Amino acid sequence: MSRGTSAAFNRRFAIGWLAAGFVFLYLPIVALVVYSFNDSPVANVWRGFTLKWYAALAEDRELLAGLWLSVKIAFLTACGSVLLGTLAAFSLVKYRRFTGRTVFNGMVNAPLVMPEVVVGLSLLLMLVSVQRAIGFPERGMMTIWLGHLLLGLAYATVVIQARLGELNPQLEEAAMDLGARPHQVFRLVTLPMITQSMLSAWLLTFTLSLDDVVLSAFLSGPGATTMPLVIFSRARLGLSPSVNAIATVVVVVVAIGVVAASYAIARAERRRQLEMAEATRH
Amino acid sequence: MKRLTAFLGWLRRGRTAVIGIPYLWLLVFFLLPFLILAKISVSEMETVQFKDLVTYRDGLLQLSIKLGNYVFITQDELYWRTYVASLKYAAATTVLCLGIGYPFAYFMARAKSTVQPALLMLVMLPFWTSFLLRVYSWKALLSEHGWVADLLIASGADQLLAAAGLITAPGKLMNTPFSLVLGMVYTYLPFMVLPLYGNLAKMDLRLLEAAADLGATPWVTFWKITVPLSKAGIIAGSMLVFIPCVGEFVIPELLGGPETMMIGRTMWDEFFSNNDWPMASAVAVVMILLIIVPLAIFNKYQAEAQEAGR
Repeated sequence: MSRGTSAAFNRRFAIGWLAAGFVFLYLPIVALVVYSFNDSPVANVWRGFTLKWYAALAEDRELLAGLWLSVKIAFLTACGSVLLGTLAAFSLVKYRRFTGRTVFNGMVNAPLVMPEVVVGLSLLLMLVSVQRAIGFPERGMMTIWLGHLLLGLAYATVVIQARLGELNPQLEEAAMDLGARPHQVFRLVTLPMITQSMLSAWLLTFTLSLDDVVLSAFLSGPGATTMPLVIFSRARLGLSPSVNAIATVVVVVVAIGVVAASYAIARAERRRQLEMAEATRH
Repeated sequence: MKRLTAFLGWLRRGRTAVIGIPYLWLLVFFLLPFLILAKISVSEMETVQFKDLVTYRDGLLQLSIKLGNYVFITQDELYWRTYVASLKYAAATTVLCLGIGYPFAYFMARAKSTVQPALLMLVMLPFWTSFLLRVYSWKALLSEHGWVADLLIASGADQLLAAAGLITAPGKLMNTPFSLVLGMVYTYLPFMVLPLYGNLAKMDLRLLEAAADLGATPWVTFWKITVPLSKAGIIAGSMLVFIPCVGEFVIPELLGGPETMMIGRTMWDEFFSNNDWPMASAVAVVMILLIIVPLAIFNKYQAEAQEAGR
């Protein structure tokens, strides 16, 4: 084989591999959306187009209540995670040495991989012990939030830490040389540079919380059933077109949200870089 | 210089609060629960309360530790099979993710730099859409008349899978080891691709040119230069797949079958069906012991990567 044809073959092979990978990743999402329009109670047999499952969603009290609860928890989780994650990322990047740094680093990273059944069970056992001692907290929205926050904190820290780590410390030094007070340095220099990563972390933890089954199952109490718990209990019983309909709504809303947010973040980033280039030229 | 010390002083004064708040939070809500879990795993149930481990009565300090759960776990054959199965399925998933994900990440990293952000976005986007719903969708794809089921049966691949013992009978794809591993590979593939891509995209391509100049064939260069240089990415990706897979619950529950019992499901049943909290805790403790070594490796590489990123 000559060099030219082998290069062309390599290129085709690479494109083929990537394409096959993306088909694998997107096939289930496409199937979910397509079958949400299927006019058949048997989920896998196509019987023509319908919107009746979407109409049925509006009547589905259980699912709507679950969705509302999930959105509330996800919002609180995202805010809490970004707040704690920023502090944790700051600790790890700006304060290189402190007592127990290794333990701290381990505790921040562990929830990323720790099986959720273990995290959920141990947190539940602790909250039950606390509740027996002081009569608080009841199992419900608050306890689910605490569990999600643990997971969210880990993800938010990783995202913000990556950004903080690549910042040029000279910018902060320059601001100080120009007479900025310490809190001004933080507010006017450091914070604007990590805002995008904080936004990404917010979105990521929001979607993580909106999606979580295992932690919620352990930590929820009577009357606190989140949307994934409703979906999960239906999915366990078999295929249900109502799940496809809600899935399509969630997929479309999240995709639009994420694409719009990434676009806005990328634009802000470009503008900031232009300003930076401008500033360094003068 | 004075201002610099002022800034550092400000940071130092805020330091206790900045470190202290997340630190304390994690100690209370992450570490403490594990200690309680370990304690309850050796406690005796007294109807609804747990018996205290240490009691003091009539001037006698009593320590009662119930090891029965652990004795049972190590002696019962069903538990052994569950542990071995969990490790086996997690390992198979990791190997498959690496086999599919490494070339994937490699081709992504060597694509034109203009298309790379779009490719990265395409890998991350499914990650943003509900994991539960994507796993649920496989249930439809693999059950009777599902797209993938029809394709595999028409191509005769189900005969091969049945011969390999991965599905129970030709034509029946759901609730088998095959559907379970497929679901796990699908779910965790992005976790393998992302760290590998991050690693491969940063690689100094001049090293590869140097190898080629010295007469190495592309194949030799790949195995002698590219693969060793991406070791950190391979380890990070493998751990990100292997550790959560060992304790996975949702995928075995939705896609697995009766013969694919995994430890996460066993623990769930002990807790939710049998209401045996000490037993569930003991199973969880054993699960932690199974993943503690991979977890330590993961933490070490994570810390090193973060140091190197600076």
